[in-house]
This record gives sequence, structure tokens and C-alpha cells, in this order.
Amino acid sequence: MADAKKTNKGPKIQLRDVHKAFGAKQVLRGVNLDVGEAESVVIIGGSGTGKSVTLKCILGLLQADKGSIKVAGEEVAGLESGPDRDRLNAKFGMLFQHAALFDSLRVWENVAFSLTAGHGMGRDQAREIAMKKMALVGLSSKVGDLYPAELSSGMQKRVGLARAIAPDPEIIFFDEPTTGLDPIMSDVINELIVTCVKEVGCSALSITHDMVSARRIGDRIAMLYQGKIIWAGPVNQIDRSGNEYVDQFINGRAEGPIEMLVRAL
Amino acid sequence: MNHPIEFVALIGRAFLGFLATAGRLVLFALEGTTHIFRPPFYFRLIRRQMVDIGYYSMPVVGMTGLFAGMVLALQSYTGFARFSAEGAVATVVVLSMTRELGPVLAGLMVAGRIGASMAAEIGTMRVTEQIDALTTLSTNPFKYLIAPRLLAGFTMLPFLVLTADIIGIFGGYVVSVYKLDFNAANYLKRSWEFLEFLDVFSGLVKASVFGFLVALMGCYHGFNSKRGAQGVGAATTNAVVSASILILIFNYIITELFFSK
Ligand SMILES: Nc1ncnc2c1ncn2[C@@H]1O[C@H](COP(=O)(O)OP(=O)(O)OP(=O)(O)O)[C@@H](O)[C@H]1O
Ligand SMILES: [Mg+2]
Repeated sequence: MADAKKTNKGPKIQLRDVHKAFGAKQVLRGVNLDVGEAESVVIIGGSGTGKSVTLKCILGLLQADKGSIKVAGEEVAGLESGPDRDRLNAKFGMLFQHAALFDSLRVWENVAFSLTAGHGMGRDQAREIAMKKMALVGLSSKVGDLYPAELSSGMQKRVGLARAIAPDPEIIFFDEPTTGLDPIMSDVINELIVTCVKEVGCSALSITHDMVSARRIGDRIAMLYQGKIIWAGPVNQIDRSGNEYVDQFINGRAEGPIEMLVRAL
Repeated sequence: MNHPIEFVALIGRAFLGFLATAGRLVLFALEGTTHIFRPPFYFRLIRRQMVDIGYYSMPVVGMTGLFAGMVLALQSYTGFARFSAEGAVATVVVLSMTRELGPVLAGLMVAGRIGASMAAEIGTMRVTEQIDALTTLSTNPFKYLIAPRLLAGFTMLPFLVLTADIIGIFGGYVVSVYKLDFNAANYLKRSWEFLEFLDVFSGLVKASVFGFLVALMGCYHGFNSKRGAQGVGAATTNAVVSASILILIFNYIITELFFSK
């Protein structure tokens, strides 16, 4: 189903041989990844392997050193800030790993930000939409008038989520959407992401460490290890990937081919 | 043996580093300034910055002006008494305040108050990825963060300096009349007699330039803040120090432009 759509319209996001280094430190060493129309792809991988960096390269917050990044067929690698980048970013919704809420604005102003600042919508109307989006992530309207610093980190995360989906983006990026949430709230958020993809028809690229969440929200899963995607496939094949790195990761075993840089006491 | 060469290389590197920084700073200032004139305009943000700089700095700047004017009267009186020139006290107070002390002291106080808070706020936004979030929400950080601050700094400082001038001159008057037993009417007459439009005007031009520099340094260092709390701390220090030094340098340059014949 997802594959059929893909051949019709081509992938929504396509990464080819993307490299990124910070000084001498090579983080991405040739990432290849496709996200189809109305498809939800989940990136898994160890801490510090460059998952967030991958998203930031697509968003243009970091410039890839080498390789091609296409969004809806248009080459965007090397597209720095300017009207073209703004037009592109208007299609995107992004949830940052640490929420990145504007702490000088109230919660509802954060959620409505793209509506008031970007589209010049009136404050009353924007507030109404913001309240609806907040209800979707399980936040009551009372929270709307607080400031982000007055919320718990799990609540901040959900405000970030509401802000990301407020302008009804075509493509959403979620950097660890369920980290720091209790299991029930995690499930609400998983449900919300599934709804966005299945009913609204947007494409989603998420990062998570939470395998329960990955299985729930992903059509496909891709594993990042040492700067490359070492395995990618449909979510129902992850247990039969035949890749020992993937097996070790999804089962959370300390023993295996992935060596953690820790020494025994 | 190759010590001299290394020394020259060191100077060369430092000089190149200085040029690179100056270049980056000019580009930053240009980008921020052009956004002042290009829509959309964020009037709420501009107003908030203007109130923060213009209104909430009044007490600090007023106090500075008051004591500067008072001490000026006292010092010049005791100094000038040595060659019986006490009559010049009024003129000294009024000229020093409007030309030099008003703008420079207000500029330095605002550098500490506003420059530091701008660098800390924008630096925190940088390290907590709020500036990245702005970009992903299709909002240009230069337009949203930098332009309103530059505009507010540039326009508000003249008002602050005018206040400092008036309060400072008043302080000088109070000391002269109530402590040094000057004749009030005579003192006032002396104050106006030698004051020219250019004295006040040059001070206000200085104020605008200083306000722009303070905002620029706060924004630039905050915007380029390195990661973490330490990075924000360093950005704040650099903003205040560089703004203060630039104020003193530009003070000389502008004085030279206005008054050297
Ligand atoms: N701006 C930066 N400057 C220098 N190094 C960076 C920068 N951003 C990321 N890195 C480095 O790149 C590597 C990957 O970082 P990234 O944030 O993508 O990890 P991650 O896979 O998202 O990990 P986690 O699951 O813990 O969030 C890290 O080693 C980090 O030190
Ligand atoms: Mg990350």
C-alpha cells in the first residue's frame, strides 16, 4: 500500500549519501533513507549516533557536508536561510528533543506561534485553534495561560508536539516524542501520531528509543549505527531482520556486536 | 632561533582573527538592520524592547546622571577656586553633562543592564534550540529577535541621555546653590549662556550610536553563544566588555567629528 503510493509520487523525503562531521568527528557517513507519501518512518539507534543531527540536516538547521537531500523531489541540501527555506519549512512540523519552547511566551502563544507569526492570524482565532490542538495532546485549557517554565518536562514535550502539528504540516518530524511520558500518555501520543499519518495523510519521520512506540507508530523502521543506516524494513520484519545489531538493540542486550564504550568496574 | 618568526606569525594570526570577527560583525549588523525596514513587522516585540530599554532604564540612568552632575559641581568648584574661576562651574557642568558624561555614563550603564540581558536571553535561546525552533516555524530570527532590539537601542538611548542631562544639570544646580552658596538666578543664567544646540545634539547622536552598539553586542554575542550555561556566561561577559570598549572608542571618534576644527 505504502509502496504503491511511493512509486506513484516518489518519496517525500530522500536522503542519499549524506555526510556530516563536527571538526574531526564524523557523525554521519553516508546516510540513505526514504520516507514515502503518507508513510511513517522511525529511526532507531544508540545515543549519540546522529539521529537528531540527521533531522537537523533535513530541516536546514545544520548543513550536510556532502550528499543529497530531496524534499518532494526538490534538492534542499545547501539551501540556507532565505525565502526558499521559509517556504519549505512551512511544510514541516518539528518536535525538538528538549521541546525548545519559547519561554517568553505563554503556552498557547507557543502552540499558535506559526499561525500568529507566520500567517498573521488574529490572536483570538489562533488561541482557539491552539486550545484544540492542546486538547489533542491531553492538555487542559488551564495550561494554556501558563509559561513553559511552569510545566513538567513531559507536559513541555506535549506542548512542543501541539506546536508542531498546529499549522497542519505535510511532513512532521518527531525527536523522541514519548521520552519522559508515562506509559498511558505515551500511548495517547502514539495514537495521535498514527492519526496524523493515517487520517490526515502527512508523512512522519520520528526518532525513538522506545521500541513499543516504534512498533506502534512506524510503517518502516531504520536503524542508524556508526553513521549509516544499517538496516531498514517494514515494522513487522524487525524481529526477523537477520541483523545482529538490530537484534541486540531491540532486545536491549548489553552483550552483542554493538560495543558500548564503558569499562567494567 | 625561529622565535622572531613565530612571534610575527602570532601577531599576524591575531590580526587576521580580528579582521574576520569585524567582518562577521558588520555582516550581522547589516542583516539585522535591513530587517528593520522589511515587513512583516513585529510591533509587539518592538514595543516591548522599547519599554524595557527606554522606561525601565530610567532609574539607573537618572541616578547616574544626578550624582555625576553633583560631583562635577563640587569638583570643579574646589579645583577652580585655586585660580578664582568659580564662576565657570555652571558652564562646566552643563557642557560636560551634555557633551560627554550624559551619553557615556548612560551608555555604559545601559551596556551593563541591557547588553547583558540581551546576550543572556538570546544565548539561552540559542543553547536551548529556541532559535532553531524559530527557523522551523518559518520565522526569521534576525527579524524576530535582532531587528527589534537594534531599533529599540537606537531610538531609546537619546531619550535616556536627555533625561540624564537634565537630571545631571539639576544635580549640579542643587549642589552649587544649596551647598556652595551660588546665586540661583546667576547660576541659571550662566548655565544657558554658553550652551549651544550642537552640544546637546552631539550628545544625542552619541546616544543613538551607543544604543545601537549595546544592542548589537548583546545580540551578536548571544546569537553566537556556545553550548551550555558556560557559553551563555561567556557571551554575557563579552557583550558587556565589548560594548563598553566600543562606546569609549566611538565616543572619541564622534567627538572628533563634531568638534575638531
Ligand atoms: N552542534 C554540534 N556541535 C558539535 N557536535 C555535535 C553538535 N550536534 C551534535 N554533535 C555531536 O554529534 C553526535 C550525534 O548527536 P545527536 O544529537 O544526533 O545524537 P542522537 O543520536 O540524537 O542521540 P540521543 O539519542 O542521545 O539524542 C554526538 O556525538 C554529538 O556530540
Ligand atoms: Mg537526539
